[in-house]
Amino acid sequence: MTYIPKPGFRHPGAAVNAIGYARRDYEGAVSTLCAGCGHDSISAAIVQACFELDLPPHRVAKLSGIGCSSKTPAYFLGQSHGFNGVHGRMPSMLTGANLANRDLIYLGVSGDGDSASIGLGQFAHCMRRCVNMVYIVENNGVYGLTKGQFSATADEGAVKKDGAVNPESPIDLVALALQLGATFVARSFSGDREQLVPLVKAAITHRGAAFIDCISPCVAFNNHAGSTKSFDYVREHNEAVNRLDVIVGRGEITAAYAPGEVEEIVQHDGSILRLRKLAAEYDPRDRVAAMTYLEERKAAGEIVTGVLYVAPDARDLHDHLETVETPLNQLGDEELCPGADALAAFNAGLR
Amino acid sequence: MNAINDFVVRFANVNGSGSASANRLFARAILRMGVPVSARNIFPSNIQGLPTWFEVRVSEAGHRARRGGADLVVAMNPQTWEQDVAAIEPGGYLLYDSTKPLPASKFRTDVTVIGVPLTELCRSASWEAREHQILKNVAYVGALSALLDIDVAELDRLISEQFRGKARLVAPNLEALRMGREYALAHTPCPIGLRVARSSAAGDRVLLEGDSAAALGCVYGGATVAAWYPITPSTALAEAFGRYCRRYRVDPGTGRHRYAIVQAEDELAAIGVVVGAAWNGARAFTATSGPGISLMQEFIGLAYFAEVPAVIFDVQRGGPSTGMPTRTQQADLLSCAYASHGDTKHVLLFPEDPRETFEFAALAFDLADRLQTPIFVMMDLDIGMNEWLCAPLAWDDARRMDRGKVMAAAELEAGKPFARYRDVDGDGIPYRTYPGTHPTRGSFTSRGTTKDPQARYSEDGPVYVGNMQRLLRKFETAKRLVPEPVQRAAARPTRHGVIYFGSTAAAMLEAVEILERQGILLDAMRVRAFPFHESVRQFIAAHDRVFTVEQNRDGQLRMLLINEDGVDPSRLVPVLHYDGTPITARFIAREIASRFQVVGAVASGG
Repeated sequence: MTYIPKPGFRHPGAAVNAIGYARRDYEGAVSTLCAGCGHDSISAAIVQACFELDLPPHRVAKLSGIGCSSKTPAYFLGQSHGFNGVHGRMPSMLTGANLANRDLIYLGVSGDGDSASIGLGQFAHCMRRCVNMVYIVENNGVYGLTKGQFSATADEGAVKKDGAVNPESPIDLVALALQLGATFVARSFSGDREQLVPLVKAAITHRGAAFIDCISPCVAFNNHAGSTKSFDYVREHNEAVNRLDVIVGRGEITAAYAPGEVEEIVQHDGSILRLRKLAAEYDPRDRVAAMTYLEERKAAGEIVTGVLYVAPDARDLHDHLETVETPLNQLGDEELCPGADALAAFNAGLR
Repeated sequence: MNAINDFVVRFANVNGSGSASANRLFARAILRMGVPVSARNIFPSNIQGLPTWFEVRVSEAGHRARRGGADLVVAMNPQTWEQDVAAIEPGGYLLYDSTKPLPASKFRTDVTVIGVPLTELCRSASWEAREHQILKNVAYVGALSALLDIDVAELDRLISEQFRGKARLVAPNLEALRMGREYALAHTPCPIGLRVARSSAAGDRVLLEGDSAAALGCVYGGATVAAWYPITPSTALAEAFGRYCRRYRVDPGTGRHRYAIVQAEDELAAIGVVVGAAWNGARAFTATSGPGISLMQEFIGLAYFAEVPAVIFDVQRGGPSTGMPTRTQQADLLSCAYASHGDTKHVLLFPEDPRETFEFAALAFDLADRLQTPIFVMMDLDIGMNEWLCAPLAWDDARRMDRGKVMAAAELEAGKPFARYRDVDGDGIPYRTYPGTHPTRGSFTSRGTTKDPQARYSEDGPVYVGNMQRLLRKFETAKRLVPEPVQRAAARPTRHGVIYFGSTAAAMLEAVEILERQGILLDAMRVRAFPFHESVRQFIAAHDRVFTVEQNRDGQLRMLLINEDGVDPSRLVPVLHYDGTPITARFIAREIASRFQVVGAVASGG
C-alpha cells in the first residue's frame, strides 16, 4: 500500500465556506480502499459535514483503531492531526486526547470488529464516560482487511461469501450505546448521503458522546445474496424514523413544514436539530421508548435509521471532572507547580 | 539485652484490627524524639482477619533497611504466636496480652516476657465496644512508651494532631495510651534494656511513603492527566495524586481543576488514555504493577514507535494473579525494559527511596517529553507502601518543565521545515507538533512503524530500517540524559565490586559496612537508570568480580548488563533475594561473605 497525495490544485471558481475554505481543503489522501467501498462514502460525508459547518480543519483531531474503517482518516481532513492506534483502543486514546485539550473536535472512527469485538469494553466505557466526541462505527459485519470473517455485528443467520451461516447472536451497538448513556445516538447507511451528512453535522455539534452506527457494505466480502449488510438488503429494510437538518444558531429556518411534521431540538450550544418526523409516534428525547421501539422494529426485520436519541442538555466528561476552561496541555509551570514553599510545608507535616 | 536507639520492634497483628495507625504512632513518636526510625508493613492480600506484621527499626546510625530478626515482639496474633516468639533475638523481649493466661510452654526462657492485660484494661473503660479493638492497640503503644522510655508528651501531641477536627476521638485515645503506660509502670521495672533517648540524629528528615512521594512528584512535574486501574501496591499512588491535586491544583478563582483523573476500566484503557493525552501535549501518567505492565504491552510498543511521551510507574510486586500482590519484588525489569512486540527498548529509572521517587517522578516527565518515549519509574512495594526516613523533599523554583522538541505555530508560520520523524540534529529525536497548532502546516498522522520521515504511510524496507536506526540513536542519547550511577569507593583499593539498585540500596549500604568490619572490601555502584551509563561498563571492567544484588529470581539487572553492555557473565556474581520480604543487610552480608569463603579469597580487600 502506498501514500497517494491528491494534487494541490483547486478550481478557482470552487465554492468556499464562511471561513474561506473550499470543500477540497477538507479532503485527505486518495483512498486505497476497494472501489465502491461504503467507507469512502462516509469519508465524503465527513468532508461535506465539516465544510458545511465551517470548521477550521486543523481544529479537528481524528483517531482510529485498526481495520479498513480505521484507515479512512487518512482520506479526509488532511490538515488535521490523526492517530491510527491499536486495535479496539481508539476510545481510550481519544479520551486522553480530549482530556488534554478540550478545545478541539474529536472524531473517532472505528469498525464493527474494532468496536464490537476487540474493543467492546472500550466502546462501552467511552460511552458511559460521556467523552465529547463523534464516534462513527463503519459497520459492515465482516473483517475486511483479513478477508471476510464474520464480525460480532453480523446477524444471526447471515450468510458469508463462502456459504457459511452465522450462528451467533449479533451485538447491536446502537442498543448498547443507548443503554450505556450515550447522549446522541444515530444510525445511518453509507448509501444514503442525504441522511448521513446532517447526522454527522449534528453529532459534531452535540456536546457529549455522539454515536453513529453507519451500515457500510463491504463490496469485497459482504455484498452478496444472504448478507444482511449488503447494499440491496439495507436499502430494502431501511426504515428511517426521521430526517434531519442541522441549523447552527437560530433564525435560519426557511423551509415551510406542515404542523406536527417537524420537531426542533435545541442543543446546549444553541444549535437546533430540526427533524422531519417519519414515524409519527417516535420521540428521540425518550431514551426508554427509543430502546423499546428499536427492539420492536428489529424483531420485524427492519433497520431503523435516523436520530434515535438525543439529550440536548448533555454534560460531558470535562463537566464531570470540573476541569478548567483552559486546555490542560496549555497550562504552564505557574499553574501546575506548587513550588518550594508549599513543599517546605509538606515536609513539616511528615515529621 | 541492652541497646539505646538501636533495636527492632516487630508488631504481630491481625489485619483489619486498626493496628497500623497505632504502630505508625509509635514510630512517629520516636522520630519526634529526633531518633532515626523506619517502618515496614508486611501484610496479606486481605481486608480482615489474616496475619500482618509491622516492623519498626530504631537506628541512631540511620540504617533504613530491614535488619533481620527482632529484639522486641509485640505478639497480638495467636495465629502466628509460635513464629513470632521464635523470631526474637536471644535476650530479647516479648510483650503480649496477658488477659488470658498461657501455659509456660508457650514461652521461651531466653527472652524477657512482659504481660499486659490489654483486653481486660480496655473492657474496664467506658468506650463503645467497637472501639475496644482499636484502642487496645493504642494501649500497647502506651505500655511501650513506659518500657522503652518514650516521651509520652510526644505521643499525646501526635494523637491530638491525628484527630484534629475529630475531638471526640482524642480523649479515648489518650485514655488508652495512659492505661497501657500506667499498667507497665506499675508492673514492670521501666525502662527495659531497650531504650529510646532523645537525639539529633534524625535532623530534619521526614517519614514518607514512596507512593505519596511519586504522586507529589507528578504534581510538581506538571502532570495533568492520570489514568489508572486499581492494583496493589500502586493504588495508593493514584489516590495520593488525587489528594494532592485537590490540595495544589484547584484554580483559586473558579474552583475548577487543573487536572483530570480517570479510573479506567482496565490497564489497557489506562495506558490508552495516557498515550492519547500525551500525544495531544498533556503530561500524563499511569501507575500500575507487573500484571498491569503485561496488559499494557501493545500500547507501550505503539508509544515507543509513534514516539509519544508517557510516564509509567511500576510499583513492583510478586505475581501473577493472586498470591504475592502484597509482597515486594524487583522482578519486572525485563518485562519493562523490552516491553511490547517488535524491537523495543525502554528507559527505566530506579529510585532508591521515596525522596528519590519524588525527584525521578518529576524528572520522568522531562525525560519523556525530551526523548518522546515511555519512561518507566521502577518502584517496588517496599518503597511504595512503607514509610521511609528521608531527607526533606526539595524543589528549585527556577526549574521549568522541559517540553522537548515541540514546534510552535510561530515557527511553522515562519516556514521552519517540519517532518515528524526526521532527525535534524543527530540525537535521534525528531520535532513534534501538538494537534491543532497551525491551519496548514505541521499536521501528521501517528501510527506504528509504517511511515517515512514525513509521517506518510510507507511499508518500504529501507525507510523502515532508517527509522529503526534513528530510534537506536535516540536510545544512545537517553544514556546521556538519565541519572548517572552513584558510586561509593571502599576504604582501600579492592578488586571486588557490587552493583545494586532501587530499594536494595538501604540494606546494601549497611551490608557494605558489615562486610568491611569483616575485612571484605567492596566498591559499590548504585545504578539509577537503564540504559546504562558508560561508567557502569567501566566499573565492571575495573573489578575482577562484581556482585549484582537484586530482589528477583533470575538476576534481571545482571541479564540487562550482559545483554546491553556485553559484560562477561562470569564476572557478575548474582546475589538474589526473592521471598517477597524486603532484602536485609544481614542477608546480603552473609551471602557475599559466603562467596568469599567458597573461593577462598583472602578477605584483605586485595
